Amino acid sequence: MKKIRRGILGRLIPGLSSLTKRGAAGWITIIGLVLVVSIVLMTLLAPWISPHNPIAIDSTHVASPPSAEYPLGTNQVGQDMLSRLFWGGGTMLQVALLSVLICVMIGLPIGLLSSYAGGNLDKASSLVMDSIYAFPGLVLAIAIAATLGRGVVNMAISIGVVYVPSYFRVVRSQVLTIKELTYTEAAKAAGARRRTILGRYILPNVLPSVVVVATVNFADAILTAAGLTFIGLGVEKSIPDWGYDLTDGRALLASGAWWVITFPGIMIVLLALGFTLIGEGLSEILNPRLEQ
Amino acid sequence: MGLRSYIITRLLLTIPMIMLLLSIVFLIVRVLPGDPVLLHFEKFGTPEAIAEMRHNLGLDKPLVVQYFEYLAGLLRGDFGKSMQDYSSVGQQVFSAFPATLELAIFSMFIAVVLGVLLGVRAAKTYNSVQDHSLRAFGIITYAIPVFFLGMIFQLIFGIYLHWLPTGGRIFPTMQPSGLTIGSLHFSTGLYTIDSLLEGNLYKFGQALRYLALPSLTLGLVLCGIFLRLTRTNMLETLRHDYVSAARARGLREGTVTYGYALRTAFLPVLTMMGLQFATLLGGAILTETTFSWPGLGRYIVDRINFRDYTAIQGAVVFFGILVAFVSLAVDILYAFLDPRIRL
Repeated sequence: MKKIRRGILGRLIPGLSSLTKRGAAGWITIIGLVLVVSIVLMTLLAPWISPHNPIAIDSTHVASPPSAEYPLGTNQVGQDMLSRLFWGGGTMLQVALLSVLICVMIGLPIGLLSSYAGGNLDKASSLVMDSIYAFPGLVLAIAIAATLGRGVVNMAISIGVVYVPSYFRVVRSQVLTIKELTYTEAAKAAGARRRTILGRYILPNVLPSVVVVATVNFADAILTAAGLTFIGLGVEKSIPDWGYDLTDGRALLASGAWWVITFPGIMIVLLALGFTLIGEGLSEILNPRLEQ
Repeated sequence: MGLRSYIITRLLLTIPMIMLLLSIVFLIVRVLPGDPVLLHFEKFGTPEAIAEMRHNLGLDKPLVVQYFEYLAGLLRGDFGKSMQDYSSVGQQVFSAFPATLELAIFSMFIAVVLGVLLGVRAAKTYNSVQDHSLRAFGIITYAIPVFFLGMIFQLIFGIYLHWLPTGGRIFPTMQPSGLTIGSLHFSTGLYTIDSLLEGNLYKFGQALRYLALPSLTLGLVLCGIFLRLTRTNMLETLRHDYVSAARARGLREGTVTYGYALRTAFLPVLTMMGLQFATLLGGAILTETTFSWPGLGRYIVDRINFRDYTAIQGAVVFFGILVAFVSLAVDILYAFLDPRIRL
């Protein structure tokens, strides 16, 4: 039975079956993937699986504890926490995906070009990136988000800018090594153009590390998005969001209403954990020396 | 390179870094699309009121002039004016800073002690159930939003068990006064130290009680990274010959582990402390908001609620300069401890 299931899964997602042969690191990756995929599915299916409208207000059930009608209880205005749980990952996932895309699109080309070219360009971009890197991420994101105003895109930009240096540094250190390897030297000697060397020889070897940084970065982006929401720089309040539910639940804490914060909080942890585990597993698979 | 020339080089390198940081913040706030003054008024400002605020804050001048005024102001310790009442941002930032510093020191202490002890444990029990659970613990602490953990602690230790206060820095009438000799007065703004200077142990205990939950929250979230680092380093050092030699000489296992192996494995932890300081400050903003801790983080969040963008900018700049100096201090300390760095 087990074998068949694995076969189907393996066919559905090529590469997954090979993960099961990678030992602990493979399983860590799989657990992470399962977590992330189920949360994404849950969010996508929210309109069909939610028992209530996530923004409908039931004034007869304000801040009521979990019950048969409201399995996860209701919040301070009487909205169903279970439906809000199903819906609430949407904004966070969008922001995270967009910010990771922004990071890759800025960090990867700058890292490739400047470290391949070397010289003053490399020095200058390193200095700028190091300065951003040294800055407390959340503080910088706050500064940008406060200037740009609300919205998914603005939030993604403020988070994206903060994490560009992580990509730049990884790409740079890889390029500096690959650039000196014999096959790159050979390509250069054979008269390959710079574009060919960068695109066909260096880029494919840099990508795996970029994928690892991106998965870990997903977790950071989610936590930063939650943090921005918590301090009042999130998106529109009318959209159900775990970050908002956590923030609003704070007002109810003194009354002992544990359910308002616990469930959305756990969802954020699971989502961030999922990405962290994928990143952890992948980096071990791609770079086995790291763990020894 | 001697120690002195290393310090001088490092100091000189800090200057362009701070300049860059300041320029980045300036670029973000002034050049990015989005006008802080318009945002401040939302849709309700009359053109006259908007123009007046622009003028009062100097935002109607050309960007280059603004940039140099901003830098010149910072040299004088002027962090700009608040949009709300044109008060000095610098003064407010400086008065909020000790609270953040105290929280940061205690959190870092908890993170390092807990992380190092657990990391040593994990390395000593390599590949056992304990090792795996400790690693899992490290990963989970990384994935928990610090304010979520804080609220859980408030719920358990404050609201259900009534053991510890859930917010504030100390009972308002109990602020420690620091040291007073005749007409001379000295205080640090750190309540634990001020209460000791005052000689009031009760206040000291109270200050610790209020510190307990916020610093435990922030410390726990940060300890994962120290756990992991110590574990990796200990695994390596425990394999060294000098550790086996110490063991062969019949030294107790505790002495071998903590006196010999950990001593070598601790240096990277020190560097990490410097690197994590920035993360710590970010976490402090959220922790302070959770626990109504009256520090810099609370100040920023407060200003966000008033849409006071110039104050936010000032506070952000302060954070940046602080981080630059801490990393400078850590590098110099490291050079003292590890002579190889100076080569």
